[in-house]
Amino acid sequence: MSALQIKKGSSKHSAYDLRSHMSDVMERHTLAVLVDNESGVLARVIGLFSGRGYNIDSLTVAEVDHQGHRSRITIVTTGTPQVIEQIKAQLGRMVPVHDVHDLTVEGQAVERELALLKVAGTGEKRVEALRLADIFRAKVVDTSLESFVFEITGTSEKVDALADLMRPLGLVEIARTGVAALSRGAA
Amino acid sequence: MTKMTGARMVVQALKDQGVEVVFGYPGGAVLPIYDEIFQQSDIQHILVRHEQAAVHAAEGYARSTGKVGCALVTSGPGATNAVTGLTDALMDSIPLVVLSGQVPTFMIGNDAFQEADTVGITRPCTKHNWLVKDTADLSNVIHQAFHVARSGRPGPVLVDIPKDVQFASAAYTEPKKARTSHYQPKVKGDAEAIERMVELMETAERPIFYTGGGVINSGPAASQLLREFISATGFPVTSTLMGLGAYPASGEAWLGMLGMHGLYEANLAMHDCDVMINVGARFDDRITGRVQDFSPKSQKVHIDIDPSSINKVIPVEVPIIGDVGHVLEQALNLWKARGRKVNRDGLKKWWAKIAEWRKVDCLRYKGSETVIKPQYALQRLEALTKGMDRYVSTEVGQHQMWAAQFLGFEDPNRWLTSGGLGTMGYGFPASIGAQVAHRDALVINVAGEASWLMNMQEMGTAMQFGLPVKQFILNNERLGMVRQWQQLLHGERYSQSWSEALPDFVKLAEAFGAKGIQCKDPADLDDAIMEMIRYDGPVIFDCLVEKHENCLPMIPSGEAHNKMLLGDAVATNAIQGKGAALV
Ligand SMILES: Cc1cc2nc3c(=O)[nH]c(=O)nc-3n(C[C@H](O)[C@H](O)[C@H](O)COP(=O)(O)OP(=O)(O)OC[C@H]3O[C@@H](n4cnc5c(N)ncnc54)[C@H](O)[C@@H]3O)c2cc1C
Ligand SMILES: Cc1ncc(C[n+]2csc(CCOP(=O)(O)OP(=O)(O)O)c2C)c(N)n1
Repeated sequence: MSALQIKKGSSKHSAYDLRSHMSDVMERHTLAVLVDNESGVLARVIGLFSGRGYNIDSLTVAEVDHQGHRSRITIVTTGTPQVIEQIKAQLGRMVPVHDVHDLTVEGQAVERELALLKVAGTGEKRVEALRLADIFRAKVVDTSLESFVFEITGTSEKVDALADLMRPLGLVEIARTGVAALSRGAA
Repeated sequence: MTKMTGARMVVQALKDQGVEVVFGYPGGAVLPIYDEIFQQSDIQHILVRHEQAAVHAAEGYARSTGKVGCALVTSGPGATNAVTGLTDALMDSIPLVVLSGQVPTFMIGNDAFQEADTVGITRPCTKHNWLVKDTADLSNVIHQAFHVARSGRPGPVLVDIPKDVQFASAAYTEPKKARTSHYQPKVKGDAEAIERMVELMETAERPIFYTGGGVINSGPAASQLLREFISATGFPVTSTLMGLGAYPASGEAWLGMLGMHGLYEANLAMHDCDVMINVGARFDDRITGRVQDFSPKSQKVHIDIDPSSINKVIPVEVPIIGDVGHVLEQALNLWKARGRKVNRDGLKKWWAKIAEWRKVDCLRYKGSETVIKPQYALQRLEALTKGMDRYVSTEVGQHQMWAAQFLGFEDPNRWLTSGGLGTMGYGFPASIGAQVAHRDALVINVAGEASWLMNMQEMGTAMQFGLPVKQFILNNERLGMVRQWQQLLHGERYSQSWSEALPDFVKLAEAFGAKGIQCKDPADLDDAIMEMIRYDGPVIFDCLVEKHENCLPMIPSGEAHNKMLLGDAVATNAIQGKGAALV
């Protein structure tokens, strides 16, 4: 496939050219979408995904430029290469959308998620929970005699891993923010 | 800066945007705007009889002029009635600005009288929409709305205006000073890609232009360039339903429409070509049939202004994002500069092959001296109106496909049909919109009786505004297209697909003060059509036709282009297996 579909300004190092367009392989991509912070913009983006049957694995949104009325939506999605390209094109043509960056193909990116985990238990399990939290560099942000609330920041995989380990130790509730992501380097 | 009420601002902004006609229907939430309309005479208001018709009329106006169509509806039911028209315009890329009234801002969310979440409901069926909560933003938003509707891939937009915003006053922003935002789709094509396109054209043995609605959207200059390119290269050309008229039907290179009900030669040429140049078409499923078998031997170029149209259905080797007019000009200049090369030998053989396919004479049908065949009716209509200043709209069904097959369009913007959504009830109001724009032209709506009934209330509009639209109804007393599919797919079990208790169309016309003509004898047809054309006023023409005629040729759903059913095919249960699940 030709390189011509890649938006100006997106990375030259893109692996996009090499991927077969009609491949059935599901890929996971993290998209950063810069939008006008106008009312309904999130509904528009979510409506696009539900209306066209695309997956949303995670979605976060917050205003990032108050004066310029800009918000950044970070979406983690999975799909075949063709579907991923469609998602980007569909997002890109929406009127309040300024930019769509595919952090997965535009070089390296850092991805972080914050989660709060409530683990209830006593005795040996409680001690073990604290030990695991320490290994994962999770902080205790609330404690009672029978419970902890841990705060962990890391990739989604790291959060998943801690949650899996905490489950047998009395994990009762988990709240996750979804992924925030930025490309590495100065650009 | 001049201060004015929101309602006056609406009218001022429309004037400044060059709007001459608004199709609308009043109600509580738009009374201030109607009061302003009452007090001016620059903008004509056409009072329709149903808001769906207001939007379709605006579509007909837009498609036949190339301008943005404009409609005005009240809150709640007015807005929900507009939804079908908005969806239709979105699917067919028709530029519209629809203004809706809304309950006052302080009552939004309270289930107020005639409140509906209009921006919520219309979000997926508009290109963009706005709820204006402050009069200070109103004129700016309306200017933006026009900009978005007409820029890039055109489409419908909606501006929802609460009643208190209409009453309050603020400073008016002129179009020149309006923020037309960052929304500036790219119109020029990538030079490298255009070079690859030209290279392919220079060596192609079996090339074809596959043109679509994007050529019409791009404007008359694009059609002109297309014609020049085709006559210079001698390449054959086919078009989608939406692109008819971009290249003249009388042109030498014309293969006819392609697709499910397209011509045999067009579909086979698409199947066998080695270079396909898609100009503003979107590889719709009516065109591709079975995607895996679609034109397997070709390299494909795709010119489209909307990046999301590229590689959506069919992967292409040379995508060119840009406006048809701009890209064709770039490509034509480059092709000329490189010495106007084409593969003459290849082309000669290609045309010989096409001539063989043409011999199949795929539009042939069995004539009759006793009953009017729908195809015959359209052939006569074509013969008797050819060369006139003519606009044709259609409803949806068999008659629509026959009209596409048997009427010839010499120019763009002369053919108004609902392609993407396939909305029965589109044609009559669209004919009204076209007639409003072209008062002296002959405007004909080729209709099926079932579709026509869906917006027949518009007879009132046609009468009130003296619009001499001709309603040419091919009356088979059947929901013909549905009946045909039931024959192909469901063992001739014709479930609910006939039109019973039809009105007497002649009396119906007369009840509105219009003229009614009925014709059932092929021998009388020409005279009856002439009577319709000559009558200075709206006519309902009830043309009683063969009831069980099938619309052929046809690519059965889910089949490849070279698997067409021709005129003499045995139709019963012809669609089976996986194709049966497709529509
Ligand atoms: C009963 C029925 C049967 C049908 N059978 C057939 C059939 O047999 N054959 C057939 O062809 N159709 C048929 N249709 C219509 C079909 O459903 C589609 O509406 C039609 O094929 C789409 O036409 P198009 O590809 O030209 O795209 P359009 O819907 O007209 O889209 C235009 C494309 O051009 C692009 N574009 C817009 N403006 C520009 C510009 N300025 N520059 C560049 N690109 C631009 C757009 O992004 C879009 O991709 C049928 C419809 C009905 C209701
Ligand atoms: C609003 C709407 N409802 C249903 C359909 C499905 N449909 C497609 S064609 C058709 C029959 C149309 O009958 P008629 O208008 O008499 O035209 P004919 O096919 O007989 O020429 C129907 C019901 C549609 N396209 N639009």
